[in-house]
Amino acid sequence: MTNDKLTWLRKNLFSTWYNSLLTVACLVLLFWAVRGIITWATTQAQWAVIQVNLPLFLVGRFPQTLYWRIWIVLAIALTLAAITLGVFFGKQQLTKRGIALFAFIIGVVLVVLPLDFTSRLWLLLIAVLLFVGFWLGGKFTKVVTPWLSLLWLLSFPIILWLIGGGFGLQPVSTNLWNGLLLTLLMAAVSIVLSFPIGVLLALGRTSTLPVVRWFSILYIEIVRGVPLIGILFLAQVMLPLFLSADVRLDRVLRAIAGLVLFSAAYMAENVRGGLQSVPRGQIEAAKALGLNTALVILLIVLPQALRTVIPAIVGQFIGLFKDTSLLSLVGLVELTGIARSILAQPQFIGRYAEVYLFIGFIYWVFCYSMSLASRRLERQLSN
Amino acid sequence: MTNSKPLIWRDVRFWRIVLQLVAVFLAVIVVVILWGNLQRNLQQLGIQFGFDFLKQQASFDIGEALINYKPTDTYSHALWVGLINSLRVAVAGIFLTTIVGVGAGIARLSDNWLVRNITMVYVEIFRNTPLLLQLLFWYFAVFLSFPKTENKISLWGFIGVSQNGLELPWFTLSPEFSALLLGLTFYTGAFIAEIVRGGIQSVPKGQWEAARSLGLKPGLAMRLVIFPQALRVIIPPLTSQYLNLTKNTSLAIAIGYPDIYFVASTTFNQTGKAVEVILLIMLTYLTLSLTISVVMNLFNRSVQIKER
Repeated sequence: MTNDKLTWLRKNLFSTWYNSLLTVACLVLLFWAVRGIITWATTQAQWAVIQVNLPLFLVGRFPQTLYWRIWIVLAIALTLAAITLGVFFGKQQLTKRGIALFAFIIGVVLVVLPLDFTSRLWLLLIAVLLFVGFWLGGKFTKVVTPWLSLLWLLSFPIILWLIGGGFGLQPVSTNLWNGLLLTLLMAAVSIVLSFPIGVLLALGRTSTLPVVRWFSILYIEIVRGVPLIGILFLAQVMLPLFLSADVRLDRVLRAIAGLVLFSAAYMAENVRGGLQSVPRGQIEAAKALGLNTALVILLIVLPQALRTVIPAIVGQFIGLFKDTSLLSLVGLVELTGIARSILAQPQFIGRYAEVYLFIGFIYWVFCYSMSLASRRLERQLSN
Repeated sequence: MTNSKPLIWRDVRFWRIVLQLVAVFLAVIVVVILWGNLQRNLQQLGIQFGFDFLKQQASFDIGEALINYKPTDTYSHALWVGLINSLRVAVAGIFLTTIVGVGAGIARLSDNWLVRNITMVYVEIFRNTPLLLQLLFWYFAVFLSFPKTENKISLWGFIGVSQNGLELPWFTLSPEFSALLLGLTFYTGAFIAEIVRGGIQSVPKGQWEAARSLGLKPGLAMRLVIFPQALRVIIPPLTSQYLNLTKNTSLAIAIGYPDIYFVASTTFNQTGKAVEVILLIMLTYLTLSLTISVVMNLFNRSVQIKER
């Protein structure tokens, strides 16, 4: 056993004299960095700013008495996500190790996070739902799959209704939607709305009609050549000027419009990649069957094209999720925005490192897990 | 059966023309409506469309300028200063991020386990957090927490680090510029590292073996055989990273570095000329993007396989 370890060490760390040198240099660097971080985190950093403001970071100024609505939203979204993951990855059976890891993480979260009793109960319930959802998705893949997209589609208005209120629920105005809640909502709404526009633009760009093609190319290239903040500025300042005086969009809606305009151009390029990957023979065969152009696109080309671009769309979603941080520059109080307003409180002045590391960690957890899932999905789709 | 012409609505060419006419018609209608609204709204606000304001006095100060600038200069001069500041960050950023990215990409494939994994941690951390957040971190949590100039930290005797930024022997970089440059470099570098890794891995293993069997040392084999071939795969996505970096310089506004976007938005705040300012911003970035695309396409052509 020790011999194995020694060979491993020799092979991977000390194979040549310069590799040994590199290893030693890296070890010194690592030791120095880790020691510095640990000393800072335990002695100098004041984590009270996170502890006190945790609800602010997560849901902002959403009324505390209505938190149950957020919990239900979380339960719906996560259960659906778990079922979807189960459908895609259910073939790999649940291992004992996987379950143990999952239970361990939930346990740590339940114990470590400074939450009250009801929140802990909700979390526990959601954990159970997650587990059941994944299991269901894996077990009944055939039954669940056709309903999945419909369920997602249905969940969307329900989630918006639960957050925004109205129709019998107490309404919550959009300027109370803050923090991580707003970040997630903006990213999800923008990607969903930009999808149909992106598909149309991609079809337009590959169209044989020169006028349609040139309109699409013009739009896509102009939007992709301009920074997102320029588009957001345009949406905040110019949109009200372009609309007639009696249409008033609030700040959140204008931001969504900007994100959708921006994201549609990138979506179009992703979808175009998928369109090009559909073999010509498919189109010719469909035409030979007597389908007209619209039906060929709807029934033959799009279903195949869209399947191949799922990983690219997940990648775009990750980018969009990160890009929502720019909304803080146009006055929205999403995760980065709320961090900046917390840092402006007099008792937390100068606690930049703690706050930015904390929200950075939140962003990282979401983006990294999505990119892991997307990589596995890519492997799954390719075989 | 008479041999008459087919009915016109049975003809594909007819429908192609009609469809395009409809598209043009719709586009014209949308533009006319939007333009009408714009005219009406601007009239209500009492703003006249026109670029005359560029000749007016800017009367705001710009923190750092490479060319002479004082608040009594015109808006157009202020915008020039901003453009030069943008270009300065973009050029320096593209240069540094290439070094960081290529270095990290090669290190990701090192046969040293520690080097490989440290680079992986770097890539996964910087790729999966927002650039804006990283910029804020560099500026507020790193540069502003450094000691004052009097007791600056000295690195290797010739670089001084303080709240005043990076002090090199021949010039000083402001903290805003340094934070922006470092943020852009390390963020984009993480993406370039993945591109370079993918490019190198796309070169067939046989090329390595052939180069080694010719007696080339690993370093030389990489430089002379593997990397030139990997470049063919690397350059197109690398171009889009350069474009991203250039567009992302506009985030300077978050940390107060006076780039073109910063100056333009100050101009908008003072004059209320929304349409003109937006047009200027879009034109500037489109020109920059196009220039980079053209240069990189030329470079790309020179490394592609010459088919004879």
